[in-house]
Amino acid sequence: MNQLYDVIIVGGGPAGLSAAYSAWENGAKKIIVIERDRELGGILQQCIHNGFGLHHFKEELTGPGYAHKCIELVKDKPEIETLVDTMVLDVQNNKTVIAVNPEKGLMKLEGKTVILTMGCRERTRGAIRIPGERPAGVFTAGAAQRMVNMEGYLPGHKIVILGSGDIGLIMARRMSLEGCKVQACLEICPFSNGLTRNIVQCLNDYNIPLYLSHTIVAIHGEERVTGITVAKVDERMTPIPGTEFDIECDTVLLSVGLIPENELSRGLNLDMNPLTNGPVVDQHRETSLEGFFAAGNVVHVHDLVDFVSEEAEIAGKYAALKAQGKLSADNRSVKVSAVDGVRTCVPQKVTLPAEIPADEKIKLFMRVAAPHRKVKLVVKSGENVLLSRPLPVAKPSEMIAVEIPAAKFNQIGDEITVGLVL
Amino acid sequence: MAVETRVMNCIMCPMGCELTVTIEDGAVTNVTGNTCPRGAIYAKNEVTAPKRMLTSTVAIEGGVLPLLPVVSADVLPKERILDCACYLRGIKVQAPVKTGDVIVENILGLGINIIASRDMELHAQ
Repeated sequence: MNQLYDVIIVGGGPAGLSAAYSAWENGAKKIIVIERDRELGGILQQCIHNGFGLHHFKEELTGPGYAHKCIELVKDKPEIETLVDTMVLDVQNNKTVIAVNPEKGLMKLEGKTVILTMGCRERTRGAIRIPGERPAGVFTAGAAQRMVNMEGYLPGHKIVILGSGDIGLIMARRMSLEGCKVQACLEICPFSNGLTRNIVQCLNDYNIPLYLSHTIVAIHGEERVTGITVAKVDERMTPIPGTEFDIECDTVLLSVGLIPENELSRGLNLDMNPLTNGPVVDQHRETSLEGFFAAGNVVHVHDLVDFVSEEAEIAGKYAALKAQGKLSADNRSVKVSAVDGVRTCVPQKVTLPAEIPADEKIKLFMRVAAPHRKVKLVVKSGENVLLSRPLPVAKPSEMIAVEIPAAKFNQIGDEITVGLVL
Repeated sequence: MAVETRVMNCIMCPMGCELTVTIEDGAVTNVTGNTCPRGAIYAKNEVTAPKRMLTSTVAIEGGVLPLLPVVSADVLPKERILDCACYLRGIKVQAPVKTGDVIVENILGLGINIIASRDMELHAQ
């Protein structure tokens, strides 16, 4: 069963669905979205809290509400096909996609372009090497979220949360609402990695203590977790002897970071960025391999799904144009380097045709390495300043976005830098 | 006259603007630091009568999942959030349900409806 698609999209979460809709809007005639879960919408279906969609849909939505809007955009369009309960096994560099599902068995799909929108997954206990026993009761926050919000059972009753990322904070409130006791939230960094609004409404509202610069040094229990030992850490994040204390709990939830899910990208030997853990992309979200695009959390972990949709729309548009042969050939490429306090910047390169479209704008998304107040973000090429913007507050947890007219790239060299001036 | 300034973070959206709120005799007289009008409203409520949205789940029978996510149609008094969540733990509805269907009318007499935040189709037998 061989069919030639304009665009094959791997992953049916918000990125995949937004990319599909955008590809459709930009003239692609045969689009397919492949999702491994039993329904479309991705991880949003378990994120039942509100706060999504203010930028993208101009209204405040819950996670399932946002997913619903994305699904509505792609359904009933003859040009867009969706497959659920289908696992992509391999993506080959000739744009052949091998997938399997229980109904159709093994499938081979061929595309003119492929968009990778596999999202990300959680770091686990193994990834951060917590010492101690190996009892039941240690879960990632997202796994617990799925149990509580979709499957109908509680992972435990007396909870400690390690990590103050947004999922951990959201789960602190969620478990409290379900009648559990959340004993504490521990954060190894001297600052929280979650949104301020979540510290306020998920911890402070429920009187849950947040211990900054603290971590778990041991998990206790034989069959089930019975408690943990916590210690303060120094500036090198090493536990300080003598500062240990115990907290009783039957469950430990880990919210210790997300990893873009790039097994398929690595299989394709795409150039990867070691800091974002995602493929290197240009402003169209095209990867190092022509015709392969990537968007959303698979490229870099976002804090807002609204920005995932925005990025996926870019990928969808340019994949559609590429499939139709409407994307002008690249003439030269400008490297985008994160320097001086900026940890990551996406895209990592800007590719320019001989004639730069007058209306094109290049949007850069970046994260700072540490929290700052009253700094300036400066984008420059050598000594030529392309953009300078004052930032009242800059936090690693909150992505910063700036837009630069592509025309400004006319007279510059092979590299621009994005950095902070204190 | 007692004048107090309080610094708080707005929680109306993920921006989390830092607000400086001037309170004179228990009433908010000035708010700065907000980048949209919702910030001033939030600060006034937060000082006098804090309010929160509630999202939770209720049990559902016959659906593709055993739980239906729900959301309050508007903000509820903060001090009643746990009571409302506790009440929702005892609710069970029947599939199918459509996004926006009222699941609990006027929860605990607070004048706010609890609505479904997704469709839940019947599970094929």
